[in-house]
Amino acid sequence: MKTVTTADRMPNPAPRNHKPEAEQIEAVSPWKDAFRQLKKNKLAVAGMLIIGLFILAAIIAPLITPYAFNAINVGPRLQEPSADHWFGTDDLGRDTFTRIIYGARISLMVGFFAVTGALIFGTMLGIIAGYFGRWTDMLISRIFDIMLAFPSILLAIAIVAILGQSLQNAMIAIAIINIPIFGRLVRSKVISIREEEYIMAAKAQGMKSGRILFHHILPNSIAPMIVQATLSFGTAILEAAALGFLGLGAQAPTPEWGKMLSDARQYIQSAPWTVLFPGLSIMLAVLGFNLFGDGLRDALDPKMKH
Amino acid sequence: MITYTIRRISMLVPVLFGMTLVTFSIIHLIPGNPARVILGDQATAAALANLEEQLGLNKPFLVQYFQYVSGLFQGDLGTSLRTKSAISAELWPHLAATFELTFFAMIFAVFVGVNAGIISAWKQNSWFDYLCMIVALIGVSMPIFWLGLLQQWVFAQELGWLPAFGRGNPRDPVETVTHLQLVDSFISGSPDKFWTSIKHLILPGIALGTIPMAIIARMTRSSMLEVLRSDYIRTVVAKGSGAFSVIYRHGLKNAVIPVLTVVGLQTGTLLGGAILTETIFSWPGIGRYVYEAIGYRDYPVIQSGVLVIAFMFVIINLIVDLLYSYIDPRIKY
Repeated sequence: MKTVTTADRMPNPAPRNHKPEAEQIEAVSPWKDAFRQLKKNKLAVAGMLIIGLFILAAIIAPLITPYAFNAINVGPRLQEPSADHWFGTDDLGRDTFTRIIYGARISLMVGFFAVTGALIFGTMLGIIAGYFGRWTDMLISRIFDIMLAFPSILLAIAIVAILGQSLQNAMIAIAIINIPIFGRLVRSKVISIREEEYIMAAKAQGMKSGRILFHHILPNSIAPMIVQATLSFGTAILEAAALGFLGLGAQAPTPEWGKMLSDARQYIQSAPWTVLFPGLSIMLAVLGFNLFGDGLRDALDPKMKH
Repeated sequence: MITYTIRRISMLVPVLFGMTLVTFSIIHLIPGNPARVILGDQATAAALANLEEQLGLNKPFLVQYFQYVSGLFQGDLGTSLRTKSAISAELWPHLAATFELTFFAMIFAVFVGVNAGIISAWKQNSWFDYLCMIVALIGVSMPIFWLGLLQQWVFAQELGWLPAFGRGNPRDPVETVTHLQLVDSFISGSPDKFWTSIKHLILPGIALGTIPMAIIARMTRSSMLEVLRSDYIRTVVAKGSGAFSVIYRHGLKNAVIPVLTVVGLQTGTLLGGAILTETIFSWPGIGRYVYEAIGYRDYPVIQSGVLVIAFMFVIINLIVDLLYSYIDPRIKY
């Protein structure tokens, strides 16, 4: 039996991670610190890699694949995966790999524009509601409540039903349903920051509302917005695919992943790869954004951690 | 509790009115002339005027809205342009079908999610924990329509274990009483029919329940981990209670509160997801009803269907909020 000595129980007198003085007092900006933490998080790095891979594939699509995404009969119909056609071919003899690579362009584009749109309008409304308070806050907050009272995909479907069925309208719909999410986030941030002493100091100095908003309040609410934008990017891809699958988003022959899935579903028994790969791409892309978003949240805003 | 209930319900009123305004606006926000969009370019002027009269589009906006809301209060959800019958009558069987499906999906999600989360927390950092969290991560990122298609392919087409479409055997129909297939087939007294109904529910139910299941599992795990570290659990362990009693009798009571919020929020995912699941599995629910209406440009059906689904969502969240204060007396309003 091992005897426990006092020395074992005593804390180690010399700290193990002893660093030279100079390094300890080096000023680290919160962003640098967050990035350091992010690099340590393996899942977040995996997410970043997945996203990077999709972005790269989307950019250099014509270099990776010799086929055009709409070229029919580049191979036999519904051919299984082979050296010539890595992911097989679909019912029109189009190369599935090519279509998935070009599909990444569409999904990333939809995600980007939908999230940017929601971010801009959500931030604007959130700032107005949070900073000016009273009836403006009341009105904007009720509008957000009402929008969030609808299941998001249902609201998107309703908007597409109004505007007509196209990829562009699907993008608009997804942007609209994400506005209240950003709006509420910004509003709550603005309300909490508004009460801080440095804002009072700025007011006492005679700074105007607009300057306070854009120089003090907005920069301080950027971290949670970045986290939400990353997570919403994944959701937006998922929602666009769902609308495409229902025939309410991208229309044939656009190589949109959700649309590809719905076109291929009747061949699932004879050519399962036509269904397997588009779905896998959606899942991977969304997974990438979820992992990265979770990691960002942990790194940027430890308080937001569940 | 009673004052809170009343206050919570009164807070709903502006939201409900806002919702009616949104669904009412669906038809008015159509770019161009709604009647022409519905009838197409070939429509005659008489047909257009007729439809405008039927939908009340020729009256002032406020008058139309007032008529719409007063109709809603009387249970009038409008008339379908396609079938020419009252939507309220058409809607009920669809609503029952969706209710049955989402209920089953929620039971699956809560049962599997809560238990997986508990075991993960209890055996933190074990292979089971890692497996659960990987499955949960993938589950959150999975498009449910893809999962549904894969399930159909594997379990219905390749293995032939479960039916891929519909709610029951169309050649051996169940007499309709409540429109809830499970209840109706149970009442019919035939074990075969009841079993058939259950088999039809399994694939769409699991497909629909997977995302909420994954989220509930993650939530339960983190909330349980926190509770298991608390002093009172250490006391319970110290007095010699078994693991089962520690977790289910003492731990779960406190761990379930954040989980409940997630359950409430996830009903939105379920009701939205029902549109996709119902389309894939040919489930005659309200989601498919609305989806088909889009194809026919049957706007009254789209309006009422969207309103009813949103209404269900709001009511479920109300129930969850009220349950919240009932389960946790510390929450005082």
